[in-house]
Parts: sequence; C-alpha cells; structure tokens
Amino acid sequence: MTILVIAEHDNAELKGATLNAVAAAAQIGGDIHVLVAGSGAQAVAQQAAQAASVSKVLLADGAALADGLAENIAAQVLAVAGNYSHILFPATASGKNVAPRVAAKLDVAQISDITAVQSPDTFERPIYAGNAIATVQSADPVKVITVRTTGFDAVAAQGGSAAVENIEAVADSGLSSFVGRELAQSDRPELAGARAVVSGGRGLGSAENFKILDPLADKLGAALGASRAAVDAGYAPNDWQVGQTGKIVAPQLYVAVGISGAIQHLAGMKDSKVIVAINKDAEAPIFGVADYGLVADLFQAVPELAAAL
Amino acid sequence: MKVLVPVKRVVDYNVKVRVKSDQTGVDIANVKMSMNPFDEIAVEEATRLKEKGSAAEVVAVSCGVAQCQETLRTAMAIGADRGILVQTDAELQPLAVAKILKALVEREQPQLVILGKQAIDDDANQTGQMLAALLDWPQATYASKVEVADGKVTVTREVDGGLETLALKLPAIVTTDLRLNEPRYVTLPNIMKAKKKPLDTVTPQDLGVDPAPRLKTLKVSEPPARKAGIKVADVAALVDKLKNEAKVV
Repeated sequence: MTILVIAEHDNAELKGATLNAVAAAAQIGGDIHVLVAGSGAQAVAQQAAQAASVSKVLLADGAALADGLAENIAAQVLAVAGNYSHILFPATASGKNVAPRVAAKLDVAQISDITAVQSPDTFERPIYAGNAIATVQSADPVKVITVRTTGFDAVAAQGGSAAVENIEAVADSGLSSFVGRELAQSDRPELAGARAVVSGGRGLGSAENFKILDPLADKLGAALGASRAAVDAGYAPNDWQVGQTGKIVAPQLYVAVGISGAIQHLAGMKDSKVIVAINKDAEAPIFGVADYGLVADLFQAVPELAAAL
Repeated sequence: MKVLVPVKRVVDYNVKVRVKSDQTGVDIANVKMSMNPFDEIAVEEATRLKEKGSAAEVVAVSCGVAQCQETLRTAMAIGADRGILVQTDAELQPLAVAKILKALVEREQPQLVILGKQAIDDDANQTGQMLAALLDWPQATYASKVEVADGKVTVTREVDGGLETLALKLPAIVTTDLRLNEPRYVTLPNIMKAKKKPLDTVTPQDLGVDPAPRLKTLKVSEPPARKAGIKVADVAALVDKLKNEAKVV
C-alpha cells in the first residue's frame, strides 16, 4: 500500500498543512510519497524530502503548475494516481478545490475533512458543522481524501531523507488562466496554523473597532480571526473567518471577543486547547465552551488584558 | 446564455441537529428544511446575471425527495425561470449528484452552472468540482465576484490568505462563497408567480444514472462534548488563570 500526499505550497515554501496530511497518511500505514506540483518549486521538494515519514518526493515542475489551477493540478495528480491506494490532500482552499476533480475522474467517492483514521478504509468526519461525527467506509479501489489539519498532529518537518524524483509536468489545459492575486500582507502567523488566535465578532461594531484587537494579538503572537457575522457585516476580511464555512482552527489559545458563539462558529474553534471568551452578555453560548469567561465590556477589557500580559 | 443552478434542500441553518440514539444518522423528522444558504447565493447570482442581460434563462435543479419541489419554488421566487426535480428517495452522495447534473447539462446545454460551494448538512464541498471534472469544464470555486463577457467568465475567488482572480472559458462551473452577494428577500407576489412557473420531474434512471452511494455510513455519533469552564471576575483574574493554571501565556 502506497499513499500519495499532495503538497500545499506557494512554489517557495512547503506549507505546514502538508505535514498534518502526512501524519494522517502515517496512521493509514504504508509507504508515503509526496507530490509537489509547481513551478520553480525545487526548494519545496527539498523541504518535503526532509519531512518525517516521507519515503519519496515526486516533483512535477512546469509553467502550467505555477498558479495552482485546478484543471492542471488535477491532471498532474491523475498522471500518477494509478500507483496509489490513497490520495490525500490537506483540507485547505486549494486542496478542497482540486481533490473532488481527481475523485470524479477516478470515478470514486471523496471523503472530505477526515478527523480520524479507523482503518485503511474507514474514517471519521464531521457533518452538520461538527454537530455529528460520521464514521464512513469506502469500498472504492482508491481513496481520495481531504485531511482536516486540526485532526492530526503534524509530523516533524526535519529528520527525513526522502529521494526527490522529477516527473514530467502536464501541459496547460487551456481551459482557465490565472489573472491575479491579492494576498493580505501581514506579519502575523497564518490563521490555520497559529499557536494563538484572537477573534472578533459582531460585538466589535465596526471595522475600525476591530483594531482594538491588534495590541492583544501582538502580545500573544496571535493570528486574527473573525466570526461569520463580523465578516458578513464587513468588519473583517473573509479569510479571517473561523467556522463551518471558513477556517477550522485548534490553537493552544483562542480568545473570542464579542462573539456570541453560533454553532457555525463553534464548529471552527471548539477543538482549541484553551478558550477564553470576553462578552458583555453573560448568557452568550460562547461561555458554554469557554474555559475562562469574562463578562465585561470588551472595549475596556481587551486593552486592559493587552496591557496586563 | 442559459445558466443552470442546482439547489439542495437541507436542514435549516438555525436548527441544531440531534444524533439519533441508534447512531444511524441525525434526526431530521419534523425539523425545518430550507434551501442550502450557498445555493441561495447561487440563485441570486444567476438572477442578477439575467437582470444584467448576461443570461437569458435561469434553470434551477434539485435532486432528492418530492419535497425538493418547495426548494425549487423558492429558487423560482428568487428569479429562476423554471425548475427540474430529479426525484429519488435514495441517499444521494456528491458523485451521484454530479453524474445526474452532468446528464442534465448535456440535455439543457447551459453555458454556466453556478452551485453553492458546500451544503451545510454533509459539509462535503465536492459537487461543483466533480461536475467540472466529469464535463471537462474549467472551474472557479469559492467565488466572491463573477463577471461574464466575451465568451469568458472572470471570477474572483476566496483563497487562504486573500483573493485570486481566474478567467475561465465558457462553458464553466462556478461555486459561490458568502460574500458573492446577499440574496434578495423573497416577496409574496414573487412567491405567487413562482407557483405558476414550469416544474418538470425526472428520475435518475430517466437520465441513465445509477445513484447508489459509494460510501457506507457505519455510524453517526455525538462529538465529544466540551465542558464549560469558569467565569472569572476581572482581567487580573483572567491573566492569573492563563499564566498559572492554563500556562498558555
């Protein structure tokens, strides 16, 4: 049994989510290969080769793979898919974009967002915003899976010594083209892998007021997040959204500020190690999951907390 | 240009589902059902394309039990011109739905299919991408902006860390994200009008699709509950707990 893990990267750096997917592969058991599909991505392949548990890295390097276009990346995966019993993607925006394309072409079901491996064909995955956990079994010859990164502790980034094998890169499909990218510039850690997260909700009241979270996030070395309500209201950008339809996070410390705690939000953060909630409404559902709740006016409590840390 | 919009009937956004005691699934008897919120955004977007003159006809499709007719009526009240119900009582998984939709695309010949990025019941996030693969069409998932011009659709997508923009040759698949639009409030006159719009019913078998599920659900269980903690009196007490008890700062 050999498992293929599709690397998440930006052509320069291997993203941490790949290491969580490798960890899931290690639980399934068998040889683990990592596919790096990119352009000028040799450094990424070298990083993947050093990850623990990886026995081989396939590097497909070509212009058609530069921008992660789903049509081309899926074709690249399909070019090698025949050698594998399982194909795992981290459940990131790009993994979720490409994996179903691969599964459909192979005429197999995809198993989305697995949080546990029970056996090589049986997996747990959350449904209904995490309000239920389904245990599903696949009889398909190839298992195409996306891995919820918070469900698996990353393997070590160093210590491995896999060989890197260059494979032929696919040609461009000609169906889609990349126009541009606007990525937020931030010195803060990435939300999905941050050790601490400070999230704001509708209680912040405005985009301007969201800045009150900055000093606290600075002190904690935290990423900033937001509830869907805050994103919908235009207080925070969409890529900050934590919840069922946004990012799933499980940091060591999650500070929920002015967030009531809708089930869709809890779905995205309830596996955090320590949860702090600051809300003026003592009845807010967020207090039902918080380790430490502070019923207070956030506009006073947040600056005070930032100063006290 | 014709736009096809698949819509799914799901447990309403505001309902907290309960796992059945025999662990065979969640209890959806007597709970409120609604259109999947992302699909509502898809219908709204297709309707706006029609209002702008980019689309000539909007066709809504729903796959599932007879009551999916209600979901199609909602889509038609928002602005879809007609509905197609692919009726079956069988459990439908994303691959089967994608195959049904492929057959309908071949029959209806739309230039654009707009779907919700994920359904809030199974949270699979697969159908649009699978349909794109089966048709060999380009895809742009998680759209926050859609523009159709000159045989192309230009889509701004929500990705990790920000936005990216792709240009797709038509015909193409787009899946919606939250910020694409805010669906209109459905008015009573439009609900009445929707009742008179055409609604056809077919079966997966009519379309030559075997909808049998590929994944077997062995059990559905409650997630481990998180215990509520304590309330602290003030910021000083909170800092003390974080430093000395939780040891996370």
